[in-house]
Amino acid sequence: MRQLRRTMLFVPGNQPGMIKDAGIYDQDSIMFDLEDSVSVLEKDAARFLVYQALCSIDYGSKELVVRVNDPTTKCGIDDLEAIVRTQKAIIRLPKTENAQDVLVCQQEVERIEAENGIPAGSTKMMAAIESAAGVLNAKEIACSSKRLVGIALGAEDYVTDLKTRRSPDGIELLFGRSMILLAARAAGIDAIDTVYSDINNEEGFRQEVELIHQLGFDGKSIINPRQIKTVHEVYTPSQKDIQKALDIVDAIEEAHRKGSGVIALNGKMIDKPVVARAQRTLDLARAVGVLREGGEI
Amino acid sequence: MAIQLQDVPYLEEIGNIHKVFHPDSLNKNSHTLAEREKLHNKIIPSLEEAVRLTGLKSGMTISFHHHFRNGDYIVNMVVDKLAEMGFRDLVLAASSLSDCHAPLIKHIQNGVIRRIETSGLRGELAREISHGLMEVPVVFRSHGGRAYAIETGELPIDVAFLGAPSCDPYGNANGYSRDVEGGIMCGSMGYAKCDAQYANKTIILNNHIVSYPNAPFGIPESDVDYIVKVPEIGDPAGIMSGATRFTKNPKELLIAQTAANVIEASGHFQDGFSIQMGSGGASLAVARFLREKMLRDQITASFALGGITGSIVDLYEEGLIQKILDVQSFDLRAAESLKNNRFHQQISASCYASPSSEGTAVNQLDIVVLSALEIDCDFNVNVLTGSDGVIRGAIGGHPDTAYGASVAIVVCPLTRGRIPCVVRQVNTVVTPGKVVDVVVTDQGVAVNPRRKNLCRRIQEAGIPVYTIEELQKKAEAIVGIPDPIEYTDKVVGIVTYRDGSMIDLIRQVCD
Repeated sequence: MRQLRRTMLFVPGNQPGMIKDAGIYDQDSIMFDLEDSVSVLEKDAARFLVYQALCSIDYGSKELVVRVNDPTTKCGIDDLEAIVRTQKAIIRLPKTENAQDVLVCQQEVERIEAENGIPAGSTKMMAAIESAAGVLNAKEIACSSKRLVGIALGAEDYVTDLKTRRSPDGIELLFGRSMILLAARAAGIDAIDTVYSDINNEEGFRQEVELIHQLGFDGKSIINPRQIKTVHEVYTPSQKDIQKALDIVDAIEEAHRKGSGVIALNGKMIDKPVVARAQRTLDLARAVGVLREGGEI
Repeated sequence: MAIQLQDVPYLEEIGNIHKVFHPDSLNKNSHTLAEREKLHNKIIPSLEEAVRLTGLKSGMTISFHHHFRNGDYIVNMVVDKLAEMGFRDLVLAASSLSDCHAPLIKHIQNGVIRRIETSGLRGELAREISHGLMEVPVVFRSHGGRAYAIETGELPIDVAFLGAPSCDPYGNANGYSRDVEGGIMCGSMGYAKCDAQYANKTIILNNHIVSYPNAPFGIPESDVDYIVKVPEIGDPAGIMSGATRFTKNPKELLIAQTAANVIEASGHFQDGFSIQMGSGGASLAVARFLREKMLRDQITASFALGGITGSIVDLYEEGLIQKILDVQSFDLRAAESLKNNRFHQQISASCYASPSSEGTAVNQLDIVVLSALEIDCDFNVNVLTGSDGVIRGAIGGHPDTAYGASVAIVVCPLTRGRIPCVVRQVNTVVTPGKVVDVVVTDQGVAVNPRRKNLCRRIQEAGIPVYTIEELQKKAEAIVGIPDPIEYTDKVVGIVTYRDGSMIDLIRQVCD
């Protein structure tokens, strides 16, 4: 079953209470942050804390991700040394500007894997794009390493770099989001949208989630567990969509049995992309548990 | 013709009539009501004089209520006065005590207070008592247990000192006033009602004397002997605030959502059900999630009991709860509802939870949602002592409602910081595990093995159920095994069950 990345919950790496409880919600991924949410004075303590949490706490089937510091600094290398050894988490690279940034990190990861007898290539990576240069290089970043499972937009730094600020409708992010999405799709990896910081604006949050869902993103970074439900609601196929997808798949199977490649359903032509979309809807419905094997909704 | 006693047959058998009426004994009062209220009333000019009139002596029992919570001025004011008057060895029987009662420490040290009975202790006083301040152990009683002990004479009250936000010159007292908007409000006077009814003498302390009749009243004039006007009875900010804040803590919301799902699956979520919910973050939030289910299924509750908060009032005003029985109002919204809403009824601690009557309100509960400091593998609950063994809570109505309700749900996080909340054995047993049915934590639900059908229904609703041992091990895996608390042999507290039997002892913690 494909890895869902609808919701990636940010957890500051210096907050033991939040780290201990990060697994109790139903988000798809947990991202422990050693970078921007941790002050310079607490970098070592946070690294130690996250390392111990990864080694000792059972987070069930959730995907674990750790945002490390810049891997060209000592702090970033120390982060990699600790996290790669756990073999539990994906390394999330901050502020990626080009393919070289990914490769520098990859080199360190390879070295640590080799030194510790960890199977080569087993550590996966994600890259966050947070600047104009990064957005323009999105395709080369997305295609730079086989370890990459996804790229993400970091909007706060990005809009600052653009000399603007975030607006309710997110017009300033449209180009960046589109670039990242296209790059991810071209590379065959996931695209994760940025955080929405106004936790109490539930309506604004829902609108943004609907927008990024429509654009094609696989999910969104979130900063509070209260945001999980909204994202999952938007990303869960409706009963109507599921039924339609089931009808399409049934119809095409029937057509194949009869030796026909193209058919019509309720007066509309069913061709390959329509079937692919229907199949994706059903895969997602199964993954989120709203469709059981055998087609029971 | 004048009646002659000897002419009346069987008078000896009737026994209680000994004299013949004579009009000379009548002094009809022709004053106006306003004049009467000034000239003939129960108001005594000073607390000292009122105390003398009660006949209080050293060694006797004085009582107080805790409706003013941490804003209470009455206990400290009265005990200061009694110390000044030279009383010693008094038994202080409060319905509960808070942080603000730390000044009692000096009165324990100087011999004015010899013994304490209460539902709970907090703050400095609690810490000192846990460290061996008192010679005689404190007796902890639940709200129902205290009412029962008062009714049965196990806890005889000589003088009750009861603060009241409003009172007329004859003693009709209440937790709010219909005469003015605002002023000090505490809502229900439920705990004070028992004291006034059963105490040998009752003094109302009040800063707001209203004209007769102070209707509706919580305490009737027939239960009041003296009234003393004092400048202040409490700090409004400490007594109650607007509406108990709705939690935004995602962990508490998760627990509350799960608890609401458990209620829905329990088999008791039917039209006309009854419920009590606590004032803690998670149990308060249950009301919101339950509301959605009640609206969806068009289910209304026949009554809500308790400890009433604004969340319950919201459901009442929306028509989702038909009646409210209120022994204690937790916030201003609840107090205002008691004042304004017709089917929001003030009840005494006896009506609420005394085990003396089958009809007691807790026995009519379908569901109660309770919090806990700790719960153990036998489902025993501790709400009284912290992980350091120090007293830091109150029994409240915990054992009363857990026994009375058909489904008693305890909500608590699996761990608080580094402290496990689901443990092998609780520090102090307050509510016996036999009457605790479901435990809802952020990391899973456990059902008492005694409740097989309930467990099956919860599982059938798709809620994963763990054994309590599994939850305990989960907690242990996260925070490890704490070092045992070091106690001395000295008993500092006796925890009673609602029938007055001893259920556990609290010992002095080592320094």
